Amino acid sequence: MSTRRTIEVALGTSGLDAQGKPLRAPLVAQGGQAVALEAPTLTREPEIDSDHMLINIGPQHPATHGVLRLVLELDGETVVRCIPHIGYLHCGFEKIGEYRQYNQIIPWTDREDYLNSPGNNVAFVLGAERLFGVGMTDRCKVLRVILMELSRIISHLVWLGTTSVDIGAFTPFLWLYQERENVYNLLEGWVGARLTTTATRVGGMAADIPDGWLDGLKAFLRGFPKTLDESVRMLETNAIWAGRTVGLGAMSAQEAVNAGLSGPMLRASGVAYDVRKDFPYLDYETYDFDVAVGTAGDVYDRFLVRVEEMRQSVRILEQALQRLPDGPVNIDDPRLILPPKHKATSEMESMIHHFKLVMEGPRPPAGECYVAVESPKGEKGYYMVSDGSSKPVRWRIRPPSFVNLSAIPKMVEGHLLSDVIAINASIDIVMGEIDR
Amino acid sequence: MHPLPTAEITTVATVPVVQAAIASDSNGAPVTPYHLVHRGGPSNPSVEALQARFGDEIIRSEVTWGETTVFVRGDALHAIVRWLHDEPSQRYDYLVDITAVEYRDADRPIEVVWHLRALAHRQFLRLKVELPKRRTLSVTSIMDIYSGADWLERECYDMFGIRFEGHPDLRRLLLWETYKEGYPLRKDFPLRGRFSRAEQLKQALAADPEARYSKDELSIAEAFDSLPDDMKRRLADRAERHELNDEVGE
Repeated sequence: MSTRRTIEVALGTSGLDAQGKPLRAPLVAQGGQAVALEAPTLTREPEIDSDHMLINIGPQHPATHGVLRLVLELDGETVVRCIPHIGYLHCGFEKIGEYRQYNQIIPWTDREDYLNSPGNNVAFVLGAERLFGVGMTDRCKVLRVILMELSRIISHLVWLGTTSVDIGAFTPFLWLYQERENVYNLLEGWVGARLTTTATRVGGMAADIPDGWLDGLKAFLRGFPKTLDESVRMLETNAIWAGRTVGLGAMSAQEAVNAGLSGPMLRASGVAYDVRKDFPYLDYETYDFDVAVGTAGDVYDRFLVRVEEMRQSVRILEQALQRLPDGPVNIDDPRLILPPKHKATSEMESMIHHFKLVMEGPRPPAGECYVAVESPKGEKGYYMVSDGSSKPVRWRIRPPSFVNLSAIPKMVEGHLLSDVIAINASIDIVMGEIDR
Repeated sequence: MHPLPTAEITTVATVPVVQAAIASDSNGAPVTPYHLVHRGGPSNPSVEALQARFGDEIIRSEVTWGETTVFVRGDALHAIVRWLHDEPSQRYDYLVDITAVEYRDADRPIEVVWHLRALAHRQFLRLKVELPKRRTLSVTSIMDIYSGADWLERECYDMFGIRFEGHPDLRRLLLWETYKEGYPLRKDFPLRGRFSRAEQLKQALAADPEARYSKDELSIAEAFDSLPDDMKRRLADRAERHELNDEVGE
């Protein structure tokens, strides 16, 4: 299963040791046996009769990116079987949603995939708006695209930073987190919060962007690609990085589709499925961007795909800046949007609307919808069922990293114990979203 | 770029759309859907194909907000999904989600929901099976068709108590195996849980950490025999009380 290549030649580094002999990749696991690749004669290791070992990683372990617990059965250092355990962060978001009005659920969406809060906010209101049968204003549409792409960038930055730390590179982590800080400063200037943004409302946004905010975004878009290139240059042709990522955890296209993988995990396997292209929302079909696709489906390809996605997000953001129209951000619908405060205290009708909206909440017609967006982790979907009351009967989150993580036994079995960390990191899991 | 490791990687091409269930422009390229109607509208062409192929097994279909829902009989579900997956004209190769819906109206049956996608044809289809509450809640597992159904079915079992017959490892997923309060997403389950906070705290403090290993996990590595005696005894006791398998909480 594992086909670790000697990467030095392919990547253009010298690949020679001090004596001028070619360096070799370390031992890899094949069919439960550790063998040296590129060795002139493959000599099998002698059979040592010993028991398998049961090892427990997590739930409290920095490399599990949260509270994931993996029970591994090891034969020497080779993983024979992997049993994941999740649920340590289970809070019952979906149950709580059944007791909340639609706008009151938006803060909960911040807390599931907390690296992608603005994107979740947008995804949720897209679903709620379809359930209510309303649209959004043109300005709101572009602002939401800006939010989605900014949150894709910060999520991928965290992924790249933490994964490089997992694999042993610390510098990219610091450089990338600095850029992430810039995005959080932008978000703070817009909605007042950094991590849990709650930036949207059904029918509009929490707030329009403040004066001068776009200048901040432009400054970020000027600086960010340079930082990204510098950080990626440190990793892309780095023999250690490539040696620890190339050929690991490979999923073929068939396997990936069958396992329901989505996002960069699926695209790294060569399937060009991107919700933004195939089931567009927010007019994504009118933006000019490319979908990054890998070939081998290994950890290294997932890295390349995510890096390219960040570059494409910059392209989309530049186009969004160009086309951002003037106008209101909220739709003109008193059933959904709170009246301005001065009207609520001076006009009878506005006061009634205000009272009804706050006390009862808006009521969608009975029905159901499933709305999916391309979150940084993959296809994030919200399935909402309404019975005509102001609270949903069912609010279901389709968490992309939940489905992606469920394939981890297939990805790690046959690899070495230390590679489990790299493969697990490549899935880009957020346990808040997996356990909900 | 590094060379390809294996030759067996194939690519599922995204071909131009023939008919788009949600929305498409004049060239057939997908676009953002607008002006969807609440009920009715163009339905997914797979519905007609399903009715032609399966007849009475298809109970009814409806279109809500542009999305097609097909209600099917529970015992035919596996054959229907298998056909949708294999038939070249359908090719629903991507399982999006499995979940269930229980309505506030106590007489309405529980609905199990499957969301399927055909990546090549860019189609989206929702299948539903209605389960009356009085009878045992069980449907067929489709894990042999989609390997991604594993955790989705386990979560649905965990949250609703719906058994997926044929699933090889139907255990609780998000909750722990000895959870005794029932199925949280059922409407008769109170928001704060069945037990008082004091009782929940008492149980949490009394739980022994070894309960986090199932006996299955310990035995696969042949580690059970090397455990300390008291832990072995506790595990054996729990196995006797059937606390290590699926009957818990029913």
